[in-house]
Amino acid sequence: MLRRTFVVMLALALLVVFSGVTVMAETYLVGTSAGFPPFEYIEDGEVVGFDIDLMKAIGESQGFEVEFQDISFDSLIPGLQAGTIDVVAAGMTITEQRAQVVDFTDPYYSANQAVLVREDSGNNVTVLYGDNRLAVQTGTTGDLWVEENLLNTGVLTGNVTNFDTFVLAVQDLINENVEGVVLDTPVAQRYAAGNPVEMVAELITGEEYGLAVASGNTELLEKLNAGLDDVIESGVMDELLEKHF
Amino acid sequence: MVDFLSQYLIIDIFISNIGRLMSGLRFTFTLTIVVMFFGTIFGVLLALGRSFGSKSVAWLCTAYIEIIRGTPMLAQLFILYFALPSYGIRMTAVTVAYLGFTINCAAYQAEYTRGAIESVGTDQFKSAYSLGMGRWQTIFTIVLPQAVRWAIPAWTNEFIYVLKYTSLAYIIGAPDLMTQGKFIASRNYQFFRVYMIAAIIYLIIVWISTWIIDRVEEKLKIPGFG
Repeated sequence: MLRRTFVVMLALALLVVFSGVTVMAETYLVGTSAGFPPFEYIEDGEVVGFDIDLMKAIGESQGFEVEFQDISFDSLIPGLQAGTIDVVAAGMTITEQRAQVVDFTDPYYSANQAVLVREDSGNNVTVLYGDNRLAVQTGTTGDLWVEENLLNTGVLTGNVTNFDTFVLAVQDLINENVEGVVLDTPVAQRYAAGNPVEMVAELITGEEYGLAVASGNTELLEKLNAGLDDVIESGVMDELLEKHF
Repeated sequence: MVDFLSQYLIIDIFISNIGRLMSGLRFTFTLTIVVMFFGTIFGVLLALGRSFGSKSVAWLCTAYIEIIRGTPMLAQLFILYFALPSYGIRMTAVTVAYLGFTINCAAYQAEYTRGAIESVGTDQFKSAYSLGMGRWQTIFTIVLPQAVRWAIPAWTNEFIYVLKYTSLAYIIGAPDLMTQGKFIASRNYQFFRVYMIAAIIYLIIVWISTWIIDRVEEKLKIPGFG
């Protein structure tokens, strides 16, 4: 009798252990760079934003947990390569160069580049010419665009300062150390709403944002793509766009 | 480990970016030399003030040292560059780098020098007084020449520390070696190799510098002393 109780108890215990294992979902570490409102930013000490909600929704759809890590934008790709993070969700533009070192999902957002100037400066798009000084965030589309189209062509002869985050670049603009900042349009609009800066021009670059995983991680890439499709079809995407933009 | 060498990639990256890397190195090295020069002068003055100054001077020097040593360098650079402009004080990133690191270096140097000053025995004061020397004469001709020699190893340490610590200047966009490395890596995505190159450059500069300082230390050595 005692023996039978023991066997039953053991079976129950094993059942609990195994069901625990099967129920416990995989957790992916998502790298982001929280200086990019409304995609990712810090609010009350927490990383929030469109990308964050999107990753959570994809995780819900595909049955995995997500945990976020806030690091500098230009450390995200090295992070994927080194395996310290699994996914990048940071409003990252899909470019040919980046696609050589990481794998991108289908695009989930399209944006252009915008030119920000101080509100009362009377400056306009001409800050991109001559000896004006600009600030950019290192490694962003704006940074590469300025180098390729303004510096290399000699259109701009002034200094371009590279910062780690857009927050610092915009602060430098407000402090009158530079005359303009080139950054992604949705982010420029968000900064213009809360700071004494204004958007004076949009550069039609038509870049598309994608989530990124380490090169060759097709299993995770497929999950993310399936999740994106599901989020778009179920209408969750529209809700998120409505909420954040 | 041999992988990156055999592919010559690290050398390719170095050669194709040599202009940018060398301009970064020039900035880092000049910054370090200037910061160490003024940092040492102010540091020695602070140490003298703290050790031998009047009560109020000693208190002021101590307050300066403790405030600067007790706050993060990053915060100091942020305040100088991003916060002061709203009070009408506007400096370029390069000026802030020079000023910020000198302010910081002086505080550390002051403590190294003070330690060295205190290791020179107080009986030497008595001896000097008995020869009819004055207080400050004793300090400048007897105590300080010995203290400076005691302080050289710590000074070397500070030199190496400043050389590498100047990489913090990237936060305000000053064009130091690490900023340039980041810039190159943000273009070619070869982060590992680019940072490897930067690390090797730092290492070579530190080796050469310590070799030179060691020679100087030997030259300054007094036979039978220390």
